[in-house]
Amino acid sequence: MREAFLDADIFWDQFPDIVTRAARNTLIFTALAFAIGFGLALVLAMMRLSPLRPYRWFASVWIEVFRGLPALITIIAIGFAMPIALDFRVPGIYGPGSVALGIVYSAYMAETIRAGVEAVPRAQVEAARSLGMTAFRSMVSIVLPQAFRIIIPPLTNELVALIKDTSLLYVLGTTAATIEITQYSRKAMLDTFNITPLVAAAVVYLAITIPMTRAVGLLERRNRRAR
Amino acid sequence: MPADHVPADHVPAGQPVIEVEDLRKQFGALEVLRGVSLTVQPREVVCIIGPSGSGKSTLLRCVNRLEEPTAGSIHIEGEDILDPDCEIDLVRRKIGMVFQAFNLFPHLTVLGNCTIAQRKVLRRSRADAEEQARAMLARVGLADKVDEHPVRLSGGQQQRVAIARALCMGPDMMLFDEVTSALDPELVGEVLASMRQLAEDGMTMLVVTHEMGFARRVADRVVFMDDGVIVEEGPPQQVLDAPREARTRRFLQQVGERESP
Repeated sequence: MREAFLDADIFWDQFPDIVTRAARNTLIFTALAFAIGFGLALVLAMMRLSPLRPYRWFASVWIEVFRGLPALITIIAIGFAMPIALDFRVPGIYGPGSVALGIVYSAYMAETIRAGVEAVPRAQVEAARSLGMTAFRSMVSIVLPQAFRIIIPPLTNELVALIKDTSLLYVLGTTAATIEITQYSRKAMLDTFNITPLVAAAVVYLAITIPMTRAVGLLERRNRRAR
Repeated sequence: MPADHVPADHVPAGQPVIEVEDLRKQFGALEVLRGVSLTVQPREVVCIIGPSGSGKSTLLRCVNRLEEPTAGSIHIEGEDILDPDCEIDLVRRKIGMVFQAFNLFPHLTVLGNCTIAQRKVLRRSRADAEEQARAMLARVGLADKVDEHPVRLSGGQQQRVAIARALCMGPDMMLFDEVTSALDPELVGEVLASMRQLAEDGMTMLVVTHEMGFARRVADRVVFMDDGVIVEEGPPQQVLDAPREARTRRFLQQVGERESP
């Protein structure tokens, strides 16, 4: 029983490859998808808050669709359906997976950013405008910096969820170059006929997520003290 | 009126700084301003008094178009600011505004509050902006608070930072919207003292206030508003001590007279 779940030899056999290759790929997918998702989300949030109706509609439809669909469907759509239907494949070995997850998470993050912007009192905008700032400048220099402080906790949740969701990218097929933690451990499970690699994967995930949430918590407390 | 009552050099002699004509503002079915006309000359200090809901804050907020009037006209130094072609962001640089709730930027230090618009709007260098900010903060007696965050300051200090922040843009006129109403009584004096100093320095000021003592000592002219119209206006002695209108008398009796610097 103990051997099947936690065989010390098999456990340590996973290292350092599970870190240097698998965890590295997980983090690369996460970083790329977060950057893409955050950039899209920022634009979508501004569109949702826009006085212009077509912008609001476009953003609403985008958010509803990609929040409403299972992430797997979006991943398959970007990775397989789009190259077939449109004859366009996102370039790069990390490209399709990062873009697909970026799109999925842009829907969640756009709503988070919008809520943060709406939480900044209108009086802040009035003060900024009274000093001659344009609407755009008020948003960039006054509202968004305050909004980001407000949304750090929910944004951290989304980042943690994103780290874990990179495991869904297995549906796009895995090569040795792009294999991430979950898929790496599943392959090792089959090779060793033992569940221990999965335990190693769990340890690696937690070694990433726990320090990260801790660091954000610390940052947040320091922020609050400064205010 | 101050002895040195001469027009500022950038404004042609005789041209009002602020000229409001037959201004109307409706919020839904509620008509808050029902035809208000008001002129402010260079270096003049005009205090607007009146019961809450009389439209005085709305009038003030229309002057820099934080509120869009329903009808009427507003000219700032001769420019029609309700013209669709008017670049309101350029006009607002000339109009400093101080709010009841201070509205300082909480994510910035005192210095940051005073420099951000200078740098982003006027494109001043950081060094120039900071020099100006320190000078204006010294003017309101807060030279030693430059690195504090606003929440660390008392209400009176925050409001003086807000005054300095507006002054940093080098405005030709200042709007004050009940700036002492949110303050503890013992903090009111320091803010009024800064405003009085500003008036003595020749700033054109339009002040919505409940401080009758301030209006009496500092204003060149007092305007009494009620129910969306100007009921009476004139020198403070006349409006405050010998009001012609029954409505003005009633209001002054109700508020009593609060003495302050």
